[in-house]
Amino acid sequence: MAQTIALIDYGAGNLHSVYNALKASGASSVEVTADPTYVAKADRIILPGVGAFGACINALGAIDGMIAAMDKRVRDEGAPFLGICVGMQLLADEGVEHGTHQGLGWIGGTVRAFEPSNTIKIPHMGWNQLRLVQGHALLENGEAYFLHGYKFDATDHDEVIAMTDHGGEVTAAIGRDNILGVQFHPEKSQHYGLSLLSRFLDWSP
Amino acid sequence: MSVCIRVIPCLDVAGGRVVKGVNFVDLVDAGDPVEQAKAYGAAGADELCFLDITASNEERDTIIDVVRRTAEVCFMPLTVGGGVRSVEDARALLLAGADKVAVNSAAVSNPQLIADIAEKFGSQCIVASVDAKRWSDDNDRAANDEALSKWEIYTHGGRRPTGIDALEHAQNMARLGAGELLVTSMDRDGTKIGFDNDLIRTIADNVSIPVIASGGVGHVDDLVKGVTQGHASAVLAASIFHFGEASISDAHEALRAAGLPARRRINQL
Repeated sequence: MAQTIALIDYGAGNLHSVYNALKASGASSVEVTADPTYVAKADRIILPGVGAFGACINALGAIDGMIAAMDKRVRDEGAPFLGICVGMQLLADEGVEHGTHQGLGWIGGTVRAFEPSNTIKIPHMGWNQLRLVQGHALLENGEAYFLHGYKFDATDHDEVIAMTDHGGEVTAAIGRDNILGVQFHPEKSQHYGLSLLSRFLDWSP
Repeated sequence: MSVCIRVIPCLDVAGGRVVKGVNFVDLVDAGDPVEQAKAYGAAGADELCFLDITASNEERDTIIDVVRRTAEVCFMPLTVGGGVRSVEDARALLLAGADKVAVNSAAVSNPQLIADIAEKFGSQCIVASVDAKRWSDDNDRAANDEALSKWEIYTHGGRRPTGIDALEHAQNMARLGAGELLVTSMDRDGTKIGFDNDLIRTIADNVSIPVIASGGVGHVDDLVKGVTQGHASAVLAASIFHFGEASISDAHEALRAAGLPARRRINQL
């Protein structure tokens, strides 16, 4: 059966990398879309993202009806959702990056900068080990590619799925029910990432 | 476990064809960058770098096509450098599927370009390329006193001296919003006697962003020294990988043997 996958285009992010990776993972119909009416009917929704929190949430909010469509389709109707990197961070209550910005508030938490340190380089860039702190249908322990200068501090530990380490513990994946957010880039994580996307395409939370 | 030291093979591309590249596996077309990118992906490279050394502007568009075709089949971070002179050049490469662009000569004559690209696309996609050569006037003193070591920035593939101090330039690039620095020793490039680890360390210890060591690798031990002596976060090499003298796995194993974090699993793809 053909399912529709909405890859949300809000002008930020490496859409084509995620698109290519979804195709390689077996997705038949991926729509790169800025149309809330498409998102409101999509079987699965992916929110990618690179860049700054404030610019991203403003760009998403600037598409008339998009946040409302995501909210209804994902939170009310239970469509599987995957947020990637900044697309994961936007799920937080707020982001502190060039000022404080309100996030979507789907997963309690705050996105803030890594503490400057003599022992780590910022951004956190490269392959790092993912350590699951609870079981999840889509995730396994392994190495994935991270690239970020800000991190997700979750309010509720029950919503933390996996951690990694960069000068201390860093949230690598968060989620609840049909919502998953990953700090790393599955589209750049070779086999580890493509197999995650492939499982997302079959996910029935 | 902390973030892995990245091992980055670099391919020279001109007119859409690999000029200096892989011969470690049987490829359908050994001159096709896409085939070589796939081979490095299968070998477990942590990232890949294309350096476009195309001489003429007429051939510039071919690198866009190469990047687009590579991004369809290669799922690791791809950096493209060479000839990036404007925000528009960067945009074209990023839209085609590059994850990062390396900016070299243009950032020396116009440092603001780094800030402009960072503002538009984010710091994570900018690699500031720093080509440096030991300052000859200081050679005598430097030999006696390591602290006096200084390096000068060169542009245009190492042909043009600028009078600019390498550390100052590197710090300026970081301040303007570069996400990482690719530091190449012009003294060591092609020599196969190892990185100029004094240069690498001088820069790495004085910026907060990651440094990629480049120039001079002849053996996997040189990669290890780039981290233990040069304090680099990533190591870039060309010929030792292309000519099969070492595999990506050899590099990862050498790093791990030295107690450094490196990927354990080859993610076959």
